[in-house]
Amino acid sequence: MSEQICKAKEIVVISGKGGTGKTSLTASFAALAKDNVIADCDVDAPDLYLVSEPRLLQKEEFVAGKSAHIQTELCIGCGECSATCNFDAIHLDGPGNGGVEKTCRIDNFACEGCGACTLVCPAKAIELEDNHCGEWFISETRFGPMVHARLAVASENSGKLVTIVRRSARCLAHEREIGLLICDGPPGIGCPVIASVTGADLVVLVTEPSLSGRHDLNRILELTNHFRVPAVICINKYDINLEQTEAIERFAREHQVPVVGKIQYDPIFSHAQAMKCSVVEYSGNAASQQIRSTWRHVLYALG
Amino acid sequence: MKIAIASGKGGTGKTTVSTNLAAIAARSGETVYLVDCDVEEPNCHLFMQPSLERKSTITLTVPRILEDICTGCGDCAKVCQFHALACIQKRVVTFPDLCHGCGACTIACPENAIADGFREIGVVEEGTSNHGNFMHGRMRIGEPMSKPLIHALKERTTTNGLTILDCPPGSSCPVIEAVSGVDYVVLVAEPTPFGLSDMEIVVELLRVLDLPFGVVVNRSQGADDVISKYCAIHDIPILLRIPEARRIAEISSNGCLAIDEIDGVDALFVRLLSAIHGKIEEMTVQ
Repeated sequence: MSEQICKAKEIVVISGKGGTGKTSLTASFAALAKDNVIADCDVDAPDLYLVSEPRLLQKEEFVAGKSAHIQTELCIGCGECSATCNFDAIHLDGPGNGGVEKTCRIDNFACEGCGACTLVCPAKAIELEDNHCGEWFISETRFGPMVHARLAVASENSGKLVTIVRRSARCLAHEREIGLLICDGPPGIGCPVIASVTGADLVVLVTEPSLSGRHDLNRILELTNHFRVPAVICINKYDINLEQTEAIERFAREHQVPVVGKIQYDPIFSHAQAMKCSVVEYSGNAASQQIRSTWRHVLYALG
Repeated sequence: MKIAIASGKGGTGKTTVSTNLAAIAARSGETVYLVDCDVEEPNCHLFMQPSLERKSTITLTVPRILEDICTGCGDCAKVCQFHALACIQKRVVTFPDLCHGCGACTIACPENAIADGFREIGVVEEGTSNHGNFMHGRMRIGEPMSKPLIHALKERTTTNGLTILDCPPGSSCPVIEAVSGVDYVVLVAEPTPFGLSDMEIVVELLRVLDLPFGVVVNRSQGADDVISKYCAIHDIPILLRIPEARRIAEISSNGCLAIDEIDGVDALFVRLLSAIHGKIEEMTVQ
């Protein structure tokens, strides 16, 4: 069940800017594709489960990275660890222990689990322990199997969790001989986004016609070029500002990125959410037709 | 005073709230510092049009192996928790992109064979606009870690006047870095199922971090939406409702401030500013 031998094609939907309609489009694409594996890679704000009504099959613990823990009774209050920590995570303001008035206290939100403190502590009072950073799930949905996750509150390592979600989605596709994998990506251009796009067959960049949308599209396209992932553009809410839409189309031509669809502003996007379904399942109106046409163009671009 | 503008879900209107609030505060005579902490996709400058006079490159210290001293013992690779060093056949190879800059390898090296190298994380740009002082970070494309850049921004903030921090979306490490140490957090939420689900996660986070917060409902269609109901049950103050209006989206799409273009929006933000001041005063009294 190696991921290398999995032949499924993988489409990742991202946007740079948040709130452009990634999840609504991913759910619609999943509904139109019928037979596919879906993966929610937006692990710190996962929403795909709200419209796909997953039935849980399997739940796994996500353990990644470490964090430093101090045995206060051993601490001699020398402050070596605090001076060494590059993350400002150790402070000499912990409770007294009989030997010293103040001991070192570790701020686990700031700790990155590097272990530098454990190397310098003369009293061997600090140890690294495994971090339980969340959970990931395999579920059954009406669109096909789905892999999703939930990062624990105030946890790190979202990029690693994304990698696990994608890998397990690819394994599922292989096991069940499903040829298509659709991933809902996170916003931004940082570590979880990089973990979502590397090695994908096609990235769909969902943008909106605004100065902010254009600015962010430019940066996310630089990112997909940097990692050599083929990209196409979809302009959501295109009629909010037709001049900005034209500017995006010009930008796309100049960078030779196909615009696969333009979808009008429509409140059915939030109505569908309220009904726990995708836009194309909820309505057959103009916006819904535009999504269908976008999906055909995405498949064409995927080859 | 420092306030953070945050949201779990992207695109709920954080930047709209940050920029309009900063402009209203500056207009009322406050000394304002607007800090765009969404270093992956910064947008505040599009609305404030600041002149960015100062620029500094932010780097992370990563290991540089001094080959002629290194004996290939591999102690550095053994202590690295991030797999940023590997020792293969008595040769140390570094993977700077994985490095967190902790310095454990330098401590572990018995030969002092590791010197400082640098990886660029991004730049911090500072200046002024018509609406007060301005600062933002721009992360280098391909850089995975935004935390050091947000940290650099926050190191440059002062306690004078009113500092408004526009946060990245989500609820993981970049958000924690952006909100840590602020006096108050304003959560911008939209009244949809996605908006509620993502807000719940950030509420949990802020409770764990023990930070005081209130909610702005954006694109509100009345007082009985999912966000308002949640806030009522969980005793979370609603600071403001910004009504659903296509016109606000249109104005913002051109990089203009809604308070300048739409009648009545300025009054909304005056109310928000005084609500925030009120909440912070309440806490100081207690």
